[in-house]
Amino acid sequence: MQAQSKIDFSQPAPDILHAAISGAWQIGSRLPGPASVLSRLGADTRIKRLIIDTNELAEWDSSFLTFIRTITEECRRKKIALAMHGLPEGVKRLLHLASIVPEQKGTSQGKKTKPFFYMVGESAVHFTTSIIQMLSFIGEATLSLFNFLRGKARFRRIDLLLFIEECGADSLPIVTLISVLVGLILAFVGAVQLKLFGAQIYVANLVAIAMAREMGALMTGIIMAGRIGAAYAAQLGTMQVNEEIDALTTMGISPMEFLVLPRLLALVLMMPLLTLYSDLLGIMGGALVGVGMMDITLVQYLTQTQATLDLTNISLGIAKAGIYAIIIALAGCLRGIQSGRSAAAVGGATTSAVVTAIVGIIVTDGIFAVLCNALGI
Amino acid sequence: MVSDLTMAYGDFVIQRDLNFSINHNDIFIIMGGSGCGKSTLLRHLIGLKSPAKGHVYYGAVDFWNADPAARRRIMQKCGILYQQGALWSSMTLAENVALPLEEYTDLSAGDIKEIVSLKLALVGLAGYEEFYPSEISGGMQKRAGLARAMALDPEILFFDEPSAGLDPVSAKRLDDLILELRDSLGTTVVVVTHELASIFAIGNNSVFLDAESRTMIAQGDPHLLLAESDDSKVKEFLTRGAMASVAVVAGHNE
Repeated sequence: MQAQSKIDFSQPAPDILHAAISGAWQIGSRLPGPASVLSRLGADTRIKRLIIDTNELAEWDSSFLTFIRTITEECRRKKIALAMHGLPEGVKRLLHLASIVPEQKGTSQGKKTKPFFYMVGESAVHFTTSIIQMLSFIGEATLSLFNFLRGKARFRRIDLLLFIEECGADSLPIVTLISVLVGLILAFVGAVQLKLFGAQIYVANLVAIAMAREMGALMTGIIMAGRIGAAYAAQLGTMQVNEEIDALTTMGISPMEFLVLPRLLALVLMMPLLTLYSDLLGIMGGALVGVGMMDITLVQYLTQTQATLDLTNISLGIAKAGIYAIIIALAGCLRGIQSGRSAAAVGGATTSAVVTAIVGIIVTDGIFAVLCNALGI
Repeated sequence: MVSDLTMAYGDFVIQRDLNFSINHNDIFIIMGGSGCGKSTLLRHLIGLKSPAKGHVYYGAVDFWNADPAARRRIMQKCGILYQQGALWSSMTLAENVALPLEEYTDLSAGDIKEIVSLKLALVGLAGYEEFYPSEISGGMQKRAGLARAMALDPEILFFDEPSAGLDPVSAKRLDDLILELRDSLGTTVVVVTHELASIFAIGNNSVFLDAESRTMIAQGDPHLLLAESDDSKVKEFLTRGAMASVAVVAGHNE
């Protein structure tokens, strides 16, 4: 059984406080703490001398060191003479060690409260620089795309194929699942309303138009933002941490062409195809509801779909998909390249890539909706 | 050669008024305590970070005021070994070493393959051509990084903390390799390190950066610095703090 740690106070003279420390002082045991000593010093202002007697101290660890350090500092502040008797040799040495290197001024980056206008200005400046960064990134990407079209861009063809596989084939299962479900949901929503008019057959129109114009591209875009945009940001962010991007730059190889371009191309090639696939599966999802629950025959449903859909609707969706692909790839690569050199920064870059991409997609979709309405497409 | 170089991150000045020159065939050591800006200085030399003020000259060419093509020509003559190797993780070792050759030479695939296996053999990694960087140890990654840095037979080799994370024997072997490269290929070597053993084993010229005064406080042959410098910080560093620890013991005995 360990001895209880305690402090016995005595006051042999009015200006002397004698504190006898005994027992085991270890983290986890219940310790009296420096407050008991300090409160006595505070209560009696006559005390000019503090004697700490540690002859009875049994075991100690860092908790004892912090105790002594706190008291030492307090005594120095109050100009109280401090004497310590029987301090273990190890404690002396460690305390000395902690005091030889003076605290670096300026290292503790104190969080100064900044004035309101300062903060507003700062975030405005920050905002502008981030916009400029984004624009110059887009510019560089465009230039490297021109280089590619002239056949001068330098990247490994095998990389492009790998990315195409990652974007295309590997994405099929999740695109399948989401598209069928979205088609299903659209059909259900429409069915309830259309039944009121006895116009169930128009479910086919609703699903077909919605999938082809909006949902196919949108859903694929959101899936790809989560799947591919995040992966791009994480890949490039990790390369930034490993100095791999520096190694490319110093070798005179443009990271833009070598890293960003194949990723961008892969996504731009695959997104329209995935969208087309998604449209098809969405229509099948709708047919599932139509045929299964609303007494429409499959042939009826498909004929109705065929009559509704024209090339404009489908190509509109595909055009959107191409633009979403550019947004997703650029957002992922931009955030990855901007990433700081730590694990947390890579995580932040990934999140930010997905958020940027999804916001970009929705905003673009909104613009498309307004434009199509105005142009009567 | 560096003249009047001031380095800063935003408003935060790391080092100011650096003036030194690196001679052909030198093994030049950039040394100093942790956080004094050694690696930042290296980033300025290899064109990754532009100086706040001052110039970096390669021969007569002012690197940071030269046009991009001239910069590329200079960087082609430089090989860089990064702290963690910085191998491209999606490529095998052979592909890593081959990439600069494919970029800058017109060699056939067969020739490139032979050069790659020679370079890997030079750093003791023969037979590891088809391994990916994640499949080999940290020390091996570093050596593979060196093989890549040497791929184009550079005139100047930069090393960022070459012996960090290596066991003493591997570190010694790397030092020997650096000396050998200098002697046989006439390569100029610039090493960022705080490894005393390496500093004395290979260095014949150096600059000492100080974090507190934010400038260089000594330069020259490290052996001479040890013998002649009267600056206590330089002495403390080069003697592994032997003088300082004497002071600590003395203080303790009081």
